[in-house]
Amino acid sequence: MNNRNNTISQGVDWTIIWLYAILVGIGILCIFMVEYRIDSNWLQSFLGGKTNYSKQLIFAGFCAIVATFILLTDSKLFTAFANLLYALGILLMLATFVLGKNINGSKSWIPIGGGFNLQPAELCKIFTALALAKFISRQETDFSKLRSQLIAGLIAAAPALLSILQHELGLALVYSAFLIAMYREGLPAQILIVGSSFVILVVATLILDPDVLAISLTVIAALILLVLRKQAKKSKRLMMLVVGIWLLCVGTQRFVVPYIFNNVLECYQSTRIYSMVGKEYDCSQNKKSERKVGEKAARKPDDYNVRQSKIAIGSGGLTGRGFLKGTQTRGKYVPEQHTDFIFTSLGEAFGFIGCFVFLCIYLLLLFRIVKIAERQRSTFSRVYAYSVASILFFHIAVNVSMTIGLFPIVGIPLPLVSYGGSSLLTFTILIFVLLRLDADRQMVLR
Amino acid sequence: MPVFNQSRGRMVQIIFAVVFLVIIGQLINLQLFSVKYKLAAENNAILRKVVYPDRGIIFDHKGRAILENTISYDLVVIPSETKGLDTASLCGLLNIDTAEYKKRIRDLIFKNGYVKPSVFEPLLTNEMFARLNENIYKFPGFSLTERSVRTYPYSAAGNVLGYIREVDTAYLRIHKDEGYQMGDYAGMTGLERYYEKVLMGQRGVKNFIRDNKSRIQGPYENGIYDTAAVAGKNIHTSLDVELQKLGEKLMTNKVGSIVAIDPQTGGILCMVSAPTYNPNYLTGSQNKRHLADLLLDPRLPLNNRGLTTRYAPGSTFKTVVGIIGLTEGVVDLNTSVVCPGYFTGCGTGKPKCLDRGVFQFTNAVAHSDNSYFSTVYKRLLEQNKFPSTDSAIAAFNVYANSFGLGHKLGVDLPFEKTGLIPTASNYYKEFGRKLFPCNLISNAIGQGKVETTLVQLANVMAIIANKGWYYTPHLVDSIEGGDEEGLLDGFKVKRHADSRIPESVFNSVQDGMQAVVEYGTAVRSKIPDIIMCGKTGTVENYAKVNGVMKKQPDHSFFGAFAPRDNPRIAIAVICENSDQGARVAAPIASLIVEKYLRDSIKGKERQAMVEDYTNRVYLPPVMRMAIAKQDSLRKLRENQQLLEQKLNKKESDEGTDEESIGEEPTEPGVTPAAPVKKIPQPKPLPKKKPDTTPAALTNDDRKYKRSAR
Repeated sequence: MNNRNNTISQGVDWTIIWLYAILVGIGILCIFMVEYRIDSNWLQSFLGGKTNYSKQLIFAGFCAIVATFILLTDSKLFTAFANLLYALGILLMLATFVLGKNINGSKSWIPIGGGFNLQPAELCKIFTALALAKFISRQETDFSKLRSQLIAGLIAAAPALLSILQHELGLALVYSAFLIAMYREGLPAQILIVGSSFVILVVATLILDPDVLAISLTVIAALILLVLRKQAKKSKRLMMLVVGIWLLCVGTQRFVVPYIFNNVLECYQSTRIYSMVGKEYDCSQNKKSERKVGEKAARKPDDYNVRQSKIAIGSGGLTGRGFLKGTQTRGKYVPEQHTDFIFTSLGEAFGFIGCFVFLCIYLLLLFRIVKIAERQRSTFSRVYAYSVASILFFHIAVNVSMTIGLFPIVGIPLPLVSYGGSSLLTFTILIFVLLRLDADRQMVLR
Repeated sequence: MPVFNQSRGRMVQIIFAVVFLVIIGQLINLQLFSVKYKLAAENNAILRKVVYPDRGIIFDHKGRAILENTISYDLVVIPSETKGLDTASLCGLLNIDTAEYKKRIRDLIFKNGYVKPSVFEPLLTNEMFARLNENIYKFPGFSLTERSVRTYPYSAAGNVLGYIREVDTAYLRIHKDEGYQMGDYAGMTGLERYYEKVLMGQRGVKNFIRDNKSRIQGPYENGIYDTAAVAGKNIHTSLDVELQKLGEKLMTNKVGSIVAIDPQTGGILCMVSAPTYNPNYLTGSQNKRHLADLLLDPRLPLNNRGLTTRYAPGSTFKTVVGIIGLTEGVVDLNTSVVCPGYFTGCGTGKPKCLDRGVFQFTNAVAHSDNSYFSTVYKRLLEQNKFPSTDSAIAAFNVYANSFGLGHKLGVDLPFEKTGLIPTASNYYKEFGRKLFPCNLISNAIGQGKVETTLVQLANVMAIIANKGWYYTPHLVDSIEGGDEEGLLDGFKVKRHADSRIPESVFNSVQDGMQAVVEYGTAVRSKIPDIIMCGKTGTVENYAKVNGVMKKQPDHSFFGAFAPRDNPRIAIAVICENSDQGARVAAPIASLIVEKYLRDSIKGKERQAMVEDYTNRVYLPPVMRMAIAKQDSLRKLRENQQLLEQKLNKKESDEGTDEESIGEEPTEPGVTPAAPVKKIPQPKPLPKKKPDTTPAALTNDDRKYKRSAR
């Protein structure tokens, strides 16, 4: 269908565009709140391009142009180039190990001149979403088969693995969002259940005393056996299953979790996760930090970020302190407030009501994307739409959770709101590609 | 396209919603139910800055400010902004070297942080301020800020006015409900302490927003929670600063005190404590060092000897004994007592009396006859109406106490001593349960156990001048804006000596006291054309020198009032370890009296007397020795330091790699190569005799050496 109507508004979902614009607007206002100083002429600095909010405004303008271009392109382009782009993304990520520039301790940026840096891992989200959609939508792919599921998992895991190697745990975690998209396409629910159970077990291990947890797990297992004793007598398999799960849980709690903290994670990550639950992590147990004794000793991070972030949000109360009146924001108590902790400025200025409305806007966006996904005829568009929704959801959930102390601090920006050109551009592309695909929902894309 | 998965779309939405609900739940918890975050936010961001009001000004009797405020300047630095500073030229202006500069900056950053303003050099001298003010634009990060400091325009009455210091933890503990905090200043001695509540005013609070590095961002909520500072109240005292200055001049190089009271009001006209100090030394940039110097001075210049030192009053006490004797009728004006050289009543040959002859009351006062007053005292205690000596003493003390003796008068200065009018129980330890009048006989002439403060003695003079009444001696007449705490109430009550004493007795004592000056012991202190009544006192005293009690030169006492009719000044003077009362204390008192009554000293002879007494040196031998010891110790220390410096220099000249880090603090600029004594009056110190006590010195020397390492 090449003779497509060229008015770009044809079939485009305006609800999404409005929500997108509102969120970007909120973002700029939030950054403005963070950077605002009483004695400065804000209009001048908005136009001056020196401050972060004016930069974000410029980014937004640039993104609008990009968005327009995306809407002007052909949907088939995305299906056609999906695999190629994915390969390019992986290549770029590999290139960072050679060309990478060290920013804030993570070597995941490629300088592209003019003071700008590119983070391939960000872009890779788009490419992975496209590649995953492409793979699942192939005629020969039967996603109910384990082989297909493994390949799909591999597509998502490859960039994640590279991100971990770049010390970007946050970005790596984002790729687990694709599990939700895959779940929609027929990934067994057990994987999600087991996965989330594992997370809960890890958190429980952190919070509770190891022995107490072991005892309570044993008690739970015993209770289950007690309830199911009649069935258990009949079938040895059920009993074996319960005992097996119990062994697995205790094993995880006893050995796997300490192993992850001591051997897989970096010292600062372990410390952060521990400090989130109010505990101290002994870095001397960490094998990774031991290996790097010769290097500069890692500054011991504490829970300053979370504490300040919670203080800022908590001090907002029901209605907040008002626009530009937040003392914590003005005093710059929350580190990285214009990027990862942008939610705190909102929470302080507008309080619970503001946060609630803000989250509702996000939820509306997510639901709208899910709705769009379900109305697609082509699997490619649907998988892609679910990927977008999952990525957005994961970002929002993790970012907001970490500012309110529900999740360890990982460097994940709040979509469309946090300061940062890369991130804004990525989400813009993600969303507008979706809109482009949605505009052509009558087509069956492969 | 597996259609059966369609329901999972709903499931995904549910997952989204559940996670969002969890987040909203935590938000409710944080924002609606946790008060602590709001508090923490305020602690974080709101800086309560206390605004200090100016302390009240203290005026003298004639409305001259004797303690007021002045602006001083601090050199303040923000270390983070000193990039590209011409360190050398700044150091040149400040007379420090660059090493010292770096050390100070390092200390300030350590103490106060990198971005906050810290005081680099407090309380600049005027010339330093002028020099810096011209050049301050050259030094980024440095600025001059005002601060209000106390100043004593007359450099006088330091012991009375007192000084303020930064409060310490002990002070905070005692005054914990009065809103002091670390860094506050409070009056520590003198009027500054006693009237602290009046002088300090009301502190204001300003709320500021500060950022994460404690830099102030602006007022909080436009200052609606701020309170304004209320300046301290000014107080008007009865002091006459010129009289005070004359007194301090006369007491130069002496140890003692002068207290003069206006008998009509009880207002203290001057209260000199010698040696004194220049109170301005405790306000300038070197105040800490000066205070340390003063605290270590063996002459104890910070003591207010008019109020906080107890003296045996000596013969001046005879006036009281005489009044009681006449009132009780144990003697009358015609009673004659013989002085054969000593008091015969007790058979011990004590006390001695110097002028042999027969004395009646007036003459006995005039010539201060020990025999006579011992007789009076003995008769008082032997009266038949008393069953025992104990009760006789008690009866005597009722009189004495009514003269304001033996208890605190309630002068408006801190640390007033009570003095002692001994009761029978004071003697039990010495003489057993049964006392005989002869046990106590030296009290008759104001020795023995009798002790008074000089204010009490001056007050006795005022009572005699007034013939039986007095107002509590006090310094402060009025407080501007009202005396809300009722601090002055006690000074408005007319108090009376024992009502049994008839006016005629006072007249007789006044006759005697007039005779003292007219032809008695203090005849040389007579002021032309002014009828002054006085009483000399010469007090024997002992001090422990090298563990042996040794007789010291006499304390010289004089109590007086003038003019006899309509008295305007009552005065008491003591000059420790000087001479007889008539030779030192009486002339000094007469000069003060003349100055007060006539506003100036008339006549060449009298003016020469001022110079004569100013130039006399009466330092107690004990103090001389202590000073000599201190000086030789200091000398040793200096030599030691010079030696060390030389050694260091040699080492560095030899080019050893070892940086002499340990020695760095002893920079050549700081070493007191010629330490300037900060005591205002340069006393001609006694000849240093470093060879007199070599054993003691080597000991201390060794001690010092160890501590110097």
